[in-house]
Amino acid sequence: MPEAKAFASQFVSSQHRDETAELGMWVFIATEVLLFGGLILGYFVYRHAYPAAFAAASRHTDIVIGAANTAILLTSSFLVACAVDAFSAETRKICVALLSGAIVLGLTFVVLKSIEYSDEYREHLIPGIDFNFDAALTNGAQLFFVFYFVATALHALHMLVGVALLAVLATLTYRLPSSRHRAALHSGALYWHFVDVVWIFLFALIYLPGRSS
Amino acid sequence: MTAWRPPLPLVAAWLALIALLGLTVMLAYVPLHMFNAVVALAIGCLKAAIVAAVFMELRHRGRRTFIFAGAGLFWLGILLWLGLMDFLTRT
Repeated sequence: MPEAKAFASQFVSSQHRDETAELGMWVFIATEVLLFGGLILGYFVYRHAYPAAFAAASRHTDIVIGAANTAILLTSSFLVACAVDAFSAETRKICVALLSGAIVLGLTFVVLKSIEYSDEYREHLIPGIDFNFDAALTNGAQLFFVFYFVATALHALHMLVGVALLAVLATLTYRLPSSRHRAALHSGALYWHFVDVVWIFLFALIYLPGRSS
Repeated sequence: MTAWRPPLPLVAAWLALIALLGLTVMLAYVPLHMFNAVVALAIGCLKAAIVAAVFMELRHRGRRTFIFAGAGLFWLGILLWLGLMDFLTRT
């Protein structure tokens, strides 16, 4: 049986194929930047309108979980970057171990996030479900928590997609580390790092304001 | 067991990111008034730049990749610039 051609007819080489895949991922990331960018624009507009309420609402978020989750995501990104470096037939087990570590950290992030959500439910901080806050600041605080839940839930969804992606890539790498799978791992890694970058900004906008007052 | 060691730039980037996380949390508690937000966002930008340059390997890429990666930032710039113009300039 003739071996399947390594690249489709629109490409002149497998390198051409891999470069196209990488640029395609950057185009996708650009659309994602605008998705989160729109949310962040809304945040700035309402923070400008309700500065005191945003600072007070921000103080009600759990900075310990927030900071721990940031460290967890940064470390998972480090492991994924190492996995890309370790991708080869000889070191494929190391690569899979690194990806597994990143998956575990990704799931830990989501678990901590859900603990945070349940705490906020108990503290009446979910807009629309018996929201209870300092009466003078309640309007702005509700807007803050609407942004908080929409942005972090959207981010958590991206995390779950990323975890599934990393699991598929780990399986492929374990079975057959080919140049095609190297390109796939590289694209998947770009996505994972992007989700990390989104969190870096969400952390700065959600958890840090109002701490010094 | 095949020897593989994490490349030094990746380890350095990771340590720098964790250090910056510690720094930004610490500075959030120091009263700097309006500069708290500036400091938090500046450190966020620095962290994002480290992730993009080292983890996303942009430092090894050429002009073509920069254009594709920069396109998103360019459009984000237009969105935030025009979207916030009134708030940034009104006295």
